[in-house]
Amino acid sequence: MTDKGKYQPLSYFQLMEVSLRELLVEKGILSEEEIAQEVETMRQRGYQRGSRVVARAWLDESFKKKLLANGTQACEELGLEIPALKLVVVENTAEVHNAIVCTLCSCYPRVLLGIPPEWYKSRNYRSRMVREPRAVLKEFGLNVPQKIQVRVHDSSADMRYMVLPMRPAGTEGWSEERLAALVNRDCLLGVAVPKGPND
Amino acid sequence: MSEARYRPGERVRVMKAYPLGHVRTPYYIRGHTGTIERVCGAFPNPEELAQMRDGLPPQPLYRVRFLQKDVWPDYRGSAKDVLEVEIFQHWLEPA
Repeated sequence: MTDKGKYQPLSYFQLMEVSLRELLVEKGILSEEEIAQEVETMRQRGYQRGSRVVARAWLDESFKKKLLANGTQACEELGLEIPALKLVVVENTAEVHNAIVCTLCSCYPRVLLGIPPEWYKSRNYRSRMVREPRAVLKEFGLNVPQKIQVRVHDSSADMRYMVLPMRPAGTEGWSEERLAALVNRDCLLGVAVPKGPND
Repeated sequence: MSEARYRPGERVRVMKAYPLGHVRTPYYIRGHTGTIERVCGAFPNPEELAQMRDGLPPQPLYRVRFLQKDVWPDYRGSAKDVLEVEIFQHWLEPA
């Protein structure tokens, strides 16, 4: 889109963000540089760190046990930096399909997976995912059979969630790196499942 | 820290209350009955934090599992489908 220099007034929240940022700098609590640095760090985090955690869990049963018991500790053991993250990992099985939402705002494990997609923050997804999850999953192209329980997690307070998908068939003997490449962001949120060579 | 009053497997009801302010109990789940899935630990009360107070002592936080068909009478899907929501102890009562 070409920028014709048309004047756009700041929205309420944009104005609040600018005001807070300027105050923090004026009062010497943070420098402009530190803020820019943190924004850059946030942008650089990607969901691939989550994919790596999943691939490790597929290959290492004892790591998987730890991951399901205490997600934060297990990620730290892998050397991932996840400050203040209280991570709960939920496992997909032949009987259960998990999906993540935050109906109150848009809580997301940012320090692990990076910036959430726009749709995750939309009112449409947030309200419908707890009300008619199967219809929403279908819109993502995922048909969950009736015999499988759909388990929706509303990230309403202090914990953050990630789905541990099922390992696709036909991936026996694959390396961690190759397995990780099967796991995209949507698989980690439960609106998709990883596809293997047989799918 | 306030002591955790409920254990996994126990039945609880979310209070049907409508206080003003910053509340982390979703509106749609108030008044519904579910089962404690796990105790998450204890965290400063967000309703107090939002008022610039310290939110201490930390309040036990639970994951509570609800059957979708109990929450939405016209729910379309499997009767086994569930919803899990984080609820602070002061919003729960025994069911």
